[in-house]
Amino acid sequence: MSDQAIQPVEVTPPGEDPKKGTRGKIWQALLVPALAVLTGLLIGAIAILAVGENPLEAYGALFAGSFGTPDRFIEGFQTYFASGDTSKLLRAIYPITESLVATTPYIFAALSVALGFRCGLFNIGAEGQVLMGALCSAYIGYSITGLPAFVHLPLAILAGAAGGAVWGMIPGYLKARFGAHEVVNTIMMNWIAFKLSDWLLKGPMQASGSRPVTPNVEATAELPRFFPDPLRLNWGFVLALAVAWLVYWFLFKTTLGFEIRSVGASPDAAKYAGMNVTRNFVLVMAIAGGLAGLAGTAQVLGVDHWVGQGFSSGYGFDSIALALLGKSHPFGVVLSALLFGFLRSGATRMQSMAGIPIDIISIIQGLIVIFIAAPAIIRWIYRIRAIPVSDEAMRTRGWGG
Amino acid sequence: MANVLELHGITKRFPGVLANDHIDIILKEGDILALLGENGAGKTTLMNILYGLYKPDEGKILVRGQEVEIHGPNDAIARGIGMVHQHFMLIPVMTVTENVMLGVEPTRNGIFLDRARVAARIRDISQQYGLEVDPDSYIKDLPVGIQQRVEIIKVLYREADILILDEPTAVLTPQEVEGLFKILQTLIEKGKSIIFITHKLKEVMAVADQITVLRGGRVAGTVKPKDVNPEKLASLMVGRDVNLIVTKQPAQPMNTVLEVRDLYVRDERGNLTVNGLSLDVRKGETLGIAGVQGNGQTELVYALTGLLPLVGGTIRIADKPVHHSAPRNILERGVAHIPEDRQKHGLVLSFPIHDNLILCTYYQPPFARGINLQEQIIFKNAETLVGQFDVRTPNIYVPAASLSGGNQQKVIVAREFSRPIELLIASQPTRGLDVGSIEYIHNRIIEKRDEGAGILLVSSELDEILALSDRIAVMYHGQIMDIISAEDATKEYLGLLMAGIKPAEAAAPTRGNRKQKKVERVF
Amino acid sequence: MNTATHEIETIAFRRTRSTYGLVLLGFGLFIFLVFGLNTPAGVFTTFGTNLAGSQAITISDLVVPSQATIFAMAAIAAFFGAFQLARGIRSTGWLAGVIAITFIVSFLTWAAADKSFNLTGMLSSSLVRATPIALAALCGVISERSAVINIGIEGIMLLSAQVAVVTATVIGNSYLGLVCAILFGGLVAAFHAWLVIRFKVDQVVSGVAINIVGAGVTAFISSRFLAANINGLNNAAVFPTISIPLLSQIPILGPVLFENNIIVFLTILLVLALHILLFYTPWGLRTRAVGEHPKAADTLGVNVFFVRYVNVILGGMIAGLGGAYFTIGSVGRFDEMMTAGKGFIGLAAMIFGKWNPLGAYTSSMIFGFADSLQVKLQILRTPIPSEFLLMAPYLITMLVLTGVIGRAIPPAADGQPYEKQ
Repeated sequence: MSDQAIQPVEVTPPGEDPKKGTRGKIWQALLVPALAVLTGLLIGAIAILAVGENPLEAYGALFAGSFGTPDRFIEGFQTYFASGDTSKLLRAIYPITESLVATTPYIFAALSVALGFRCGLFNIGAEGQVLMGALCSAYIGYSITGLPAFVHLPLAILAGAAGGAVWGMIPGYLKARFGAHEVVNTIMMNWIAFKLSDWLLKGPMQASGSRPVTPNVEATAELPRFFPDPLRLNWGFVLALAVAWLVYWFLFKTTLGFEIRSVGASPDAAKYAGMNVTRNFVLVMAIAGGLAGLAGTAQVLGVDHWVGQGFSSGYGFDSIALALLGKSHPFGVVLSALLFGFLRSGATRMQSMAGIPIDIISIIQGLIVIFIAAPAIIRWIYRIRAIPVSDEAMRTRGWGG
Repeated sequence: MANVLELHGITKRFPGVLANDHIDIILKEGDILALLGENGAGKTTLMNILYGLYKPDEGKILVRGQEVEIHGPNDAIARGIGMVHQHFMLIPVMTVTENVMLGVEPTRNGIFLDRARVAARIRDISQQYGLEVDPDSYIKDLPVGIQQRVEIIKVLYREADILILDEPTAVLTPQEVEGLFKILQTLIEKGKSIIFITHKLKEVMAVADQITVLRGGRVAGTVKPKDVNPEKLASLMVGRDVNLIVTKQPAQPMNTVLEVRDLYVRDERGNLTVNGLSLDVRKGETLGIAGVQGNGQTELVYALTGLLPLVGGTIRIADKPVHHSAPRNILERGVAHIPEDRQKHGLVLSFPIHDNLILCTYYQPPFARGINLQEQIIFKNAETLVGQFDVRTPNIYVPAASLSGGNQQKVIVAREFSRPIELLIASQPTRGLDVGSIEYIHNRIIEKRDEGAGILLVSSELDEILALSDRIAVMYHGQIMDIISAEDATKEYLGLLMAGIKPAEAAAPTRGNRKQKKVERVF
Repeated sequence: MNTATHEIETIAFRRTRSTYGLVLLGFGLFIFLVFGLNTPAGVFTTFGTNLAGSQAITISDLVVPSQATIFAMAAIAAFFGAFQLARGIRSTGWLAGVIAITFIVSFLTWAAADKSFNLTGMLSSSLVRATPIALAALCGVISERSAVINIGIEGIMLLSAQVAVVTATVIGNSYLGLVCAILFGGLVAAFHAWLVIRFKVDQVVSGVAINIVGAGVTAFISSRFLAANINGLNNAAVFPTISIPLLSQIPILGPVLFENNIIVFLTILLVLALHILLFYTPWGLRTRAVGEHPKAADTLGVNVFFVRYVNVILGGMIAGLGGAYFTIGSVGRFDEMMTAGKGFIGLAAMIFGKWNPLGAYTSSMIFGFADSLQVKLQILRTPIPSEFLLMAPYLITMLVLTGVIGRAIPPAADGQPYEKQ
């Protein structure tokens, strides 16, 4: 045995130690992601500068687009207190509610990827799973009529989860049974989902008319909204938060979660301890697919009420960035989904106001992924001392066998 | 004679550890210098410095009287220093020729590899030093002893005259060790000088001209073999008088707990590595499986613990067939398993100690109620076991990765011994541990045996097998060569079996008398 | 080997033998029922062997009776199935070949019954369509042989595709565009290498990040600049077809192999060059050593990091060439997401090709064939919806990854960062 075997690793406070150093730990956990986001935005600013626009103006539009403007809030409150008229107030909070609407599917999709990471699986297939979830929910939503809402809505939600689950389970099974790498297979499943939806939207599921879209879902299958139109914030957001808590409980407080985390941290040790590693692969990919499916469900039943082509585009890669940014922890995922929801929702305004293509957000996201995956770069840039945390960076395994 | 190599005041620090502390070493031309020390004494660090893999913090290196700086393997090779690593640095899917030429490839037309020229050189070297090997065979097809020859040829091909051999006997049968010693003699006769790193006292006595003992990163003494005895060396090595004896009562075997019949197992690459094997383990006895590594021991253990499917045969544990059972079902039958590779298989390194202690039982009461984990009970369990098994750790919340090797192994032992067990399967339970931990783990294993568990001990350390076993089975090419009672076993006889030679019945040693048994401890 | 061992080997073999035999028999039945019975009797299928505009000597087309051909294929599959049940062939690859060939022949005969189907045209377009896949696969081969997984090939190809078309349009010379694409591919790969070697970023994560950034940057530039100025930025000349004298006149082979554009020829040369590089030169020996056992290479003075950097960058340049194919090699303009998963299909081709250049090229041909088949079948208007035909390459990729058809072992250190002590 080599002498290095006994080199002690610096002792660090543990992950779930309830007793001490919590505040310092949270600070440390947030430092690198915060700097990663900051650096991503800075480089984004350079890109904006490079195309000859003013980054301050652009980010200003981004901010206004996601939170709204102070004068509108003031106006809104003034009218409300003066006359009890809420219309101005609703107009003031509109940007924030839209940001939360954009956040909702992100939470689901990112939870999906995060759960996969916890089990050592890399789910790049959220995009296809979101699409399948949306199609299944939409089908149940429009094809069944005459059911009361308390039956119809849960049924439509379950259908979406099931659709995504099937789409996720196939690569999970292929990995468990044949060792086929889930990264390539989930991407292939995405393309298959796109082609399938092209066919469905032009054929069996097409609404009357020539556009390749589904019919609108029945009112009984819609997720209720909190405010009158045009505010679209609905119960889907609350559902997302509840599911995030559920995933947290599942991962950290149950035997199944313990097993999943063990398999993710060390599949060999898990196998030796009598856990069925491959069954966990299938289980996790199915749940992950279901979560991603719910992203589509929430969007269809809560916001759009129908599905068209390109419905899920971008969710796959966004959710990876979110899961990495949230350190694959359900609460971290919620925070990062909020960040991206606000960024996305603001970017639309940025595009119209400052003429910056919305794709700048993708670039910033890609950069954030790189920085999160390589905390060493962030430390290198900002000269931060290395923090020895055991599960700092995501580790995947090669082509597997 | 001239000093070919001198190290003066070599110091190397790692975070939190002083691995080498002002070490002085002198190698004379034509000598074999043994570097003796237990695991963690700093031997490998020192040799990695010499080979340019580490940079020393202090000290200087003199080769043939000239001070040199060694920045990497290339420098070391250029100065005539060659290293035979403990874990062979050979690429299994390549041929002997390719492995030897790697790094200094001769070419034809400046582009194409000249394999023929290298093969011819290898044949030359083979003949000159008595290192027979076929240059065209693939490494993966060669037995370990031959692979070691290839390692030596690699060094000679680069015309090294200072050879460093790091624990070269760890993977060899006693007879192969004899062969290696002969090769070392030939090398010395041809003018080479050798540093021989080991933790085995007897080998040092047999082969060395000079012995330098390392302890805790320092030189504990330099002696000549004729001036010392094994006890003296052992105390130099460990720093206190060592009890060289494992004391145990004679076994009280009861009914059979493990029954294996005609077992056939394939390894992950599809080779039939367990080949019609049968054995029994009774409660209250220890069956030691001796054998050179790679003779199917690993696959045997995998099959017994449900990690590999059987191709044929039956396994019964406590009278119930388990040969189609999942690992968990087998563990639930009361089987404990101390795996060969503790870091990879025994622990989830990033998990805190308390979670590692419930890795096999997390789903059972009291640790789980339904699917809810009972955190308070899990913490309490950990506190109890850490105390009971003397795990040295700041608290139970630190990740297992932060513990030393010995303490990691104690966590595994604590976990496995804390549930009711009928059968313990221990693979290389003390590999790479310090003497204190070895002692501790040996005593715990004997304790379990005396409590009535059946023990299946797999070890490539013959001394460990001899010290702990009541009966010894020797495995060769996936089969049991013979099973003999431990009192009757001699190293010579076991060595022949390990090499696949089954001597005529007459040659088997006569039975010894049953008494309290004293066997030398393993180093 | 003793008798008991032999017996066990025999039992295992007998099991696969009967499985494959039954599969083949079922397959024959499938061909008979689905294709045979759905083809009217007395109809002929014409397979065209000449390509319009090619220099090859014209030969007569291949005309076969449709139903009889399909029945013959069904019979062949069934015959091999029966033979397999009775005697046994050990090579599963061989059996898979029988399945593939009988299926494809009967499928084409059925689809083109009473119509004409240009065989040479399809083979030619298979080779062309295999080219980007093969280049992606070669990129994978060269970098994974040194144990660096590059899953960002898709992103690299997308970026280089855009670089190629923009530089070619602006400079007005497609060859310079090609050079720029290759260099840019190398640059992005160098970034990947830097992340995974210097910072030990997980290789798959880094690749995914490259894909995200690649998609984002190209879309950003497309909508901000290219859309506004198509003629000035996104409209390059496509490489002309080069005919090799004499060789291009051979019927069938000529138009397929010897009348292509420069990227297709370069790809074929690259396959041969990489094969020689990997298996017959010191660099190749070192690359493979680094991929299998980096520490062993290191102890012999091989600079592991240097070998990895060079191979990954080389791979990136090959992917850059592949990117150029999409724009200046075929349509002359850039569209968002135009690589459509070809980079990932290339990775599957690499795995199926067992990390060998020749194998990777051969398996890329299978994907190219599936891709061009799908296009041709849309023209033939079979009753299968085109969307399902479009799924074929993706489904085949998944099938390949299951390893049912031949299992491959990756380089031992693939995907693991090397820690110098």
